[in-house]
Amino acid sequence: MDTGNGSSEALIRFRLDSRSGVPAYRQLVDQVRHAVALGVLRTGDRLPSVREVVTQITINPNTVHRAYRELEVAGLAEGRPGLGTFVVERGKGGGHGPSEQQGALLAELRSWVAKAGSAGLDIEGVQALFAASLDEVAMPGETGETPHDEKRGRQ
Amino acid sequence: MNDTATVIATSGLSKRYGRTWGLQDCTFNLPRGRIAALVGPNGSGKSTLLRMAAGITRPSAGEIRVLGSSPLEQPRDVLARIGYLDQERPLYKTFRVSEMLRVGKELNRRWDDAKAHEYLEDLGIPLASRIGKLSVGQQAQVSLTLCLAKRPELLLLDEPVAALDPLARSQLMQVLLGSVTDEGTTVLLSSHALADLDVVCDYLIILSSSRVLLAGDLESLRAEHRLLVGPRRDRSNVPAGAELVSATDTERQSTWLLRAIGSITAPGSDMVEPTLEEIVLAYLRQQPAGSHSRLAGSRDLSLADDPLDSGEQVRAR
Repeated sequence: MDTGNGSSEALIRFRLDSRSGVPAYRQLVDQVRHAVALGVLRTGDRLPSVREVVTQITINPNTVHRAYRELEVAGLAEGRPGLGTFVVERGKGGGHGPSEQQGALLAELRSWVAKAGSAGLDIEGVQALFAASLDEVAMPGETGETPHDEKRGRQ
Repeated sequence: MNDTATVIATSGLSKRYGRTWGLQDCTFNLPRGRIAALVGPNGSGKSTLLRMAAGITRPSAGEIRVLGSSPLEQPRDVLARIGYLDQERPLYKTFRVSEMLRVGKELNRRWDDAKAHEYLEDLGIPLASRIGKLSVGQQAQVSLTLCLAKRPELLLLDEPVAALDPLARSQLMQVLLGSVTDEGTTVLLSSHALADLDVVCDYLIILSSSRVLLAGDLESLRAEHRLLVGPRRDRSNVPAGAELVSATDTERQSTWLLRAIGSITAPGSDMVEPTLEEIVLAYLRQQPAGSHSRLAGSRDLSLADDPLDSGEQVRAR
């Protein structure tokens, strides 16, 4: 009962953290962004089909549709009717792996994490500091819509 | 959205059993393509509602329309298009699996025999086995397969995962969700497994003491509820613009479920989006025994002093 309709093996496996407080569709979007940033997914790669995701992590199909739609709106994916949803990397013409700049940022972050470790911070402490800084600094490229605007109509 | 956007519409739906109410004044509209969770304590009316939707139980008052028709008055328009799975999972225990499939095939016009065989093969359930010899989990799978092979537009499932071990539960949900993805089936399912429902369902109906406490699109409900977690605060000190649904306080800490349209702030406390489980438990706590709740969407959510478990809950975030 794993892959729904056979042929292509999924390139990534999603996972859900039910305790994170982050909406499920957002977790899926973030995991694709993350995989692209790390070079795990590249332009032209097919994302797992909705059915594959639904049966892998027992999630509502509408949530997966929504996450993929969001990726399309953000220019990170494109749907091809009958074929699936494919990764598109913004800006660069199909670069491979993390860019030089990202590599430098990653190196800096690693040394920062090491410093935090020697200063006695544990993983939660590091995450708390990181989340707090993210909250303070407005990041570009956030898709502006909030879940509040969307389906206001109740019943 | 298809021709008819609403799959189940109830209005003032009520069922009386002698002197007690099975369901009272139940009103909601379930849109097509949703997976709806029906939750509430035992005896709160979940099975009664499902049985009325399936045309098994006759309402005492009010109305229910399923796929645009009354399941009792116009069964021909409804029954072939819905699948109902009873809590008891009725199967002929002496039949073989293959014989059960033949029964389904003979009785249902839209029967998809290939799909039924495919599901059972994927699950490793031998067609030659007698139903009575199968495990509880396998019997549940066979019952669900019979329901799905009907290719219903609406599935009514009464506690489909009760009494199943975690693996069987997960497999059953996989089969169900896979089929729903393929067919666009609308689902109304009752369950006590709140944590499992969180990412599966997108519509929520909470019943308590035979009444609807809350019904609506889950995402909208999440957006208009906030969980306040912070230093203990006085219950008269509810943030502006919000209503207190229910509170769980320890000596030091307050954990409150608030309902508000728009943003609310409480300096010094965390304000997080509640999970389905947190919403459901907060509404059920709010209900002191014997009180009269209001209907879904009501703004009149009175605060009940929480007799159940003050002091029980310490949240780590």
